[in-house]
Amino acid sequence: MMETLYLLIPISVGLVFLIGIAFWWSLRNGQFDDLEGPAYRILMDDDSTSAQLPVSESAVPPDTPPGEAAGSAAAANVRGS
Amino acid sequence: MSVTQSTYNYKVVRQFTVMTVVWGIVGMLVGVIIAAQLVWPELNFGPYLHFGRLRPLHTNAVIFAFGGCALFATSYYVVQRTCHARIFSDGLAAFTFWGWQLVIVLAAITLPLGMTQGKEYAELEWPIDLLIAVVWVAYAVVFFGTIVKRKVTHIYVANWFYGGFILAVALLHIVNSAAIPVSPTKSYSAYAGVQDAMVQWWYGHNAVGFFLTAGFLGMMYYFVPKQAGRPIYSYRLSVVHFWALIFTYMWAGPHHLHYTALPDWTQSVGMLFSLILLAPSWGGMINGVMTLSGAWHKLRDDPILKFLITSLSFYGMSTFEGPMMAIKTVNALSHYTDWTIGHVHSGALGWVAMISIGSVYYLVPRLFGKPEMFSVKLITVHFWVATIGVVLYIASMWISGVMQGLMWRAVNADGTLTYSFVESVKASYPFWAIRFLGGVLFLTGMLIMAYNMVKTIAGGRTVDDALVLQPAAQHA
Repeated sequence: MMETLYLLIPISVGLVFLIGIAFWWSLRNGQFDDLEGPAYRILMDDDSTSAQLPVSESAVPPDTPPGEAAGSAAAANVRGS
Repeated sequence: MSVTQSTYNYKVVRQFTVMTVVWGIVGMLVGVIIAAQLVWPELNFGPYLHFGRLRPLHTNAVIFAFGGCALFATSYYVVQRTCHARIFSDGLAAFTFWGWQLVIVLAAITLPLGMTQGKEYAELEWPIDLLIAVVWVAYAVVFFGTIVKRKVTHIYVANWFYGGFILAVALLHIVNSAAIPVSPTKSYSAYAGVQDAMVQWWYGHNAVGFFLTAGFLGMMYYFVPKQAGRPIYSYRLSVVHFWALIFTYMWAGPHHLHYTALPDWTQSVGMLFSLILLAPSWGGMINGVMTLSGAWHKLRDDPILKFLITSLSFYGMSTFEGPMMAIKTVNALSHYTDWTIGHVHSGALGWVAMISIGSVYYLVPRLFGKPEMFSVKLITVHFWVATIGVVLYIASMWISGVMQGLMWRAVNADGTLTYSFVESVKASYPFWAIRFLGGVLFLTGMLIMAYNMVKTIAGGRTVDDALVLQPAAQHA
């Protein structure tokens, strides 16, 4: 008899429930309301070395697709005050 | 300390990034040594440097030292940049760095001394296991703490992959490492016989699934779009990819125990879930590669992108090969042969190492305030040397693996075995020599990378830590 399955199967099933809760939370939290903007938003975050120099404060990568949706999404994405 | 609040913590990312390259060289050097030992057995000097003791040192060094440092470095970078927040606790982050390095050094000492629990990828004895658990909990606190203090509402998909990887590895490590100590250097597993084997491969396969896949997919979902300068092909698909992967991965472990004392139905469940895994894996692979859709020309002259996209090709290849090898009839031929070694390295060198190398090349100039790497040409050289190395490695292992499987199962008309085991060993020599050559090439690539990194860091002036960008202000 595989006693260990009494350990592994409950762990795995329990985990599926926990993942389910995480999924439910993220759904309710609105994590999936916008499934386009987040992809563009990481590109707006200019992490190139030139952006760290004080001169180019508002540097946005030149080949970043602008798009209004992405822009307004960025503003809507700010958290807290 | 208003200054620390307005910058990202790049220090810990720098430390882990440099150590990724250092441990990569060490781990792959040990790999090359044990590959040489198979070709020239005279190279097995004394008990401490014997194949049996160096082999776990190799696997631990490349997975946990090289891969681990790459995951720490990139996850700390990605979580800070995508959350627009400085890391949760500088002190705790520094603790994860020094704690993890201590684990690696202890592994490098104890494994050659023969202190081992004898469980693959979980060889380290119980005091080191406890240290790993403490460091890992600190890692989880730092990572999720940063998520909690994020300035944006959305949690970028890469963070989901990193988060899933951190939690799953904690669970796997704690359950599989349960042991009864008899002395500071010796313990016995809490499970026995086939029970122990099942727990071990539940851990072992999920170590592959979460440590070597989910974590590195987090890397892929950030660095591929960033380096390509294009959004991920389908953000929606990336979310589906994440949930599908973590819901199904936990159940594939029994495929490591086909045709053993494990109950037959358990083996079949493992096989079934392994086949299901093909779907999310390929979804993710296609998602990553198609990010370049319409911009394929970038691949021509950007060697970092070459690394990232080639790694995805190997990811696709090995996640197709894996489910196939999990089919019982295929496994009857492939199990215990070099085919498995080839499969592992197609994933480890082709996918894990290449995506890490690409990400490190992306990070180094940014972390050290340089416009770009010291030599882009050397990255191209590294790419080709590494790619040829991987291809030689996996092709030779495929051939020798299938050959071994066929030789072992060949029977004469009277039912006796056609070949003795040692005949299959003898027939494998040329392929082991080619494998050694492939390994040497891959290691050479890492040395080129180390040179390039040192020249990049040493040259010119440096820039201070990046300021935390206000998420909306930058676009207002």
